[in-house]
Amino acid sequence: MPDTQPILSLKAVRKMFGPQAAVDSIDLDIAEGEFFTIVGPSGSGKTTMLRMLAGMDTPTSGDILLRGERINDIPANKRPTCMVFQSLALFPHRTVGQNIEFPLKIRGEAPERRKARALQLMDLLRLPQSYYGKNVLKCSGGERQRVALARALAYDPQILFFDEPLSAIDYKLRKTLEKELKDIHRETRKTFVYITHSLEEAMVMSDRIGVMRAGRLVQVGTPQQIYSTPNTRFVSEFVGDVNVLPVSIGHDGKLHDATTGLHLKAPPIPRDFVQGHMVIRPEFLRFLESPEQADNAVSGRLYNEYALGSRIQYQVRVGDSVFVVEKLRQQPFTGRLDDEVIIGWDARDAILVTD
Amino acid sequence: MALSQGTRSAIPVILFLLAGFAAPLMAVIWFSFMPPRSFSFAGTPTLENYATIFESTSYISFLWSLGLAVVTVVLLAAICYPVAYGLVRVFGKWATLLTLLFTIPLFVSENIRLYGWVLFLIKNGVLLGSLKSLFGLQLESMLFTVPAIVLGMVYVYLPFMLFPMTLGISMVPNETRDAAFDLGATRWQVFKEVELPLSMPGVVIGFLLTFVLAVGSIAEAKVLGGQSVIPITHDIEIAFTYSQNWPLGSALAVLLMLVVGTLVVLALRRFDLDTFLGRR
Repeated sequence: MPDTQPILSLKAVRKMFGPQAAVDSIDLDIAEGEFFTIVGPSGSGKTTMLRMLAGMDTPTSGDILLRGERINDIPANKRPTCMVFQSLALFPHRTVGQNIEFPLKIRGEAPERRKARALQLMDLLRLPQSYYGKNVLKCSGGERQRVALARALAYDPQILFFDEPLSAIDYKLRKTLEKELKDIHRETRKTFVYITHSLEEAMVMSDRIGVMRAGRLVQVGTPQQIYSTPNTRFVSEFVGDVNVLPVSIGHDGKLHDATTGLHLKAPPIPRDFVQGHMVIRPEFLRFLESPEQADNAVSGRLYNEYALGSRIQYQVRVGDSVFVVEKLRQQPFTGRLDDEVIIGWDARDAILVTD
Repeated sequence: MALSQGTRSAIPVILFLLAGFAAPLMAVIWFSFMPPRSFSFAGTPTLENYATIFESTSYISFLWSLGLAVVTVVLLAAICYPVAYGLVRVFGKWATLLTLLFTIPLFVSENIRLYGWVLFLIKNGVLLGSLKSLFGLQLESMLFTVPAIVLGMVYVYLPFMLFPMTLGISMVPNETRDAAFDLGATRWQVFKEVELPLSMPGVVIGFLLTFVLAVGSIAEAKVLGGQSVIPITHDIEIAFTYSQNWPLGSALAVLLMLVVGTLVVLALRRFDLDTFLGRR
C-alpha cells in the first residue's frame, strides 16, 4: 500500500443489532484507487458494513473517515460515494438514458449535458447508443448490470461500492463481467469497494481482499497472500477445496498427525504452535510412482475422480479421512478407481494454521 | 370436436360466468329495447326508451352521479395516499392495528352506518345536540345537503381506495428507494421521482374501483341527502319500482354502463398500468 493518506479509514467500527454485533471492531484502511473486496459467507456482516460505508446505516461505535474527515453521520445522499446494489435497483419506469442521467438530473444539470454524459458513459460500458431510449426492463441481465454501473459513475463518486451485483448472473456472463469491471476500474481509476461471498470472484478482480467472519475481519491481504498464506483454517477453506489435517506437537517436539500419530514434515513451525491444522491445496498433492519421493507421503485407495475442465480432481480415501488431489489434465496418470495409490507433498507446500 | 384439456377444464367456469354474469347483463340490454311498460322479452325491439331519456331531464341525474363520484375520488385520493404511505412506511407495528380499524366498519351494513351518520349530524343529534348543551352553540345541520352526501360516500368507499394504494406503495422495492437516495436525491425527490410513479398501479386501481362504486351509489344520496339530489341510480330504482317501467330502467342502466365503461377505458388508456410497471 502506498503511504499516502487512505481514502477510506475504519476505526474500531462496530454495529450492534440488539445484543448482537453484526460488525465488530473493524479497523481498515483502503487506499486511493484501490479495488478492495470484502469476502465472507452470508451473515458475516459484510452487507451491514457496506451499508455503513455508503451511509445507509450508522455505526453504533467507531469512526468512518473519508480522506480523514469523519463521515459517520452524513446521510447517503450527501456522501461523495455511490453504491451498485445486489438487485441493481434500476428505475423500472425509466429508459436506459433516464436511469443513467438520474444523478445528473437531481443535481440540476441541463438536459443536453446530461445526455452527452450518458452517451459517453454508455460508450465506456459498451452499451450501444441506440439503447438510450430503451426501457431498462427490456435489457438483458448483463446490459442492466452496465446500466447500473453507468448510473453510479454518472454520480461521479469518489468511491464506488458494490453489493454482490454479479451474484444472480449465470457463470459465463459473470466471468466476462468480472473482467469488464476490472477494466472499468483501470479506466476510471476510482476506488472500488466490492463485497461478495465468492472468493474466486474476489481473486479475479481485487488488489486486496478482506475476509470477514462473524462480524470480524480475519485476514486482509493481496489475492496471492490470501491464497498461499491463509492465517486460519476458515480462510484456507474459503478459497476452495483444501486438505486439512489436524496436527499437534508431540512429546518429541515434532509435528504429528493428530489422528494417526504419523510424523509430518512441515515448514518452519511458529514458536507458540501447539496444535492446529496443516493445510495442503489439492494441486500440491501428487501421486508418487515407486522411485519418486516427497517430504510427506500416505497411502490410500483411489475412490473417485471428477473432471474440472483443465484439471482433474481425485478423491483418495486414507483410513477414515479423504484427501483431494488435483492434477492438470495433460499430466500423465495411469491410476484407476480402487487402485492403491501413494500421495505425497512437500513441506514447503504445506501451511500451518492455528484454528 | 376435440377440445384441449385447458378448454375442457375451463368449461365449468365459463358456464358459471355465462349464467351468472353474461345472461343477466344481456337480459338488461335486451329489455332496454322492449316497448315501454312491458314485462316481456317477446315484444318488438324499439328505441323508444332511449328517445324518452334523451328528451327528459335525466342528464341532470347523470351529471349528479358523475360529479359526486369525481369529488369523492379526488377527496379519497388526497386522504388515502398519506394514510397508505404511513401504513407502509411510518407506522411500523401499529400498521396492523390501524388496518384492522379501517376494515372493521366494513363488517357493518352500509345502511346502518349511514343512519349512524344521520343520528350524528341531525339537528339536536350527537354533534349539534352536544354543541348546544355544552357551549350553547346553535348551528345549522349539514344533514340533507350535498356535503353530507359526499361525506357519506368518502366514508363508505375509503377502504376501497386505501387498500389498493397501500399495496401499490408497498410494491416499491426498498433498494430502489435507497438507490435514488444514494444517488443524491433528497427524501422529497425520492418520493417524487421513484415512489409516487412506482406506486401508481395501486393508485390507479383505487381510482377506478372507488369511481365505479361511487357512480353506482344510491344510499348516501337517499339517507344523508334526504333526496335533495337525485342521482341516476335513484332514477333507475324509481323506474323499476314506482313507475313500473322496466324497459326505461334498463335503458338508463345501459346508458350508465356505457358512460362509466367509456370513462374507465379512457382512464386506462391515459394511465396504462403496464407503462407504470415498466412492461413496455
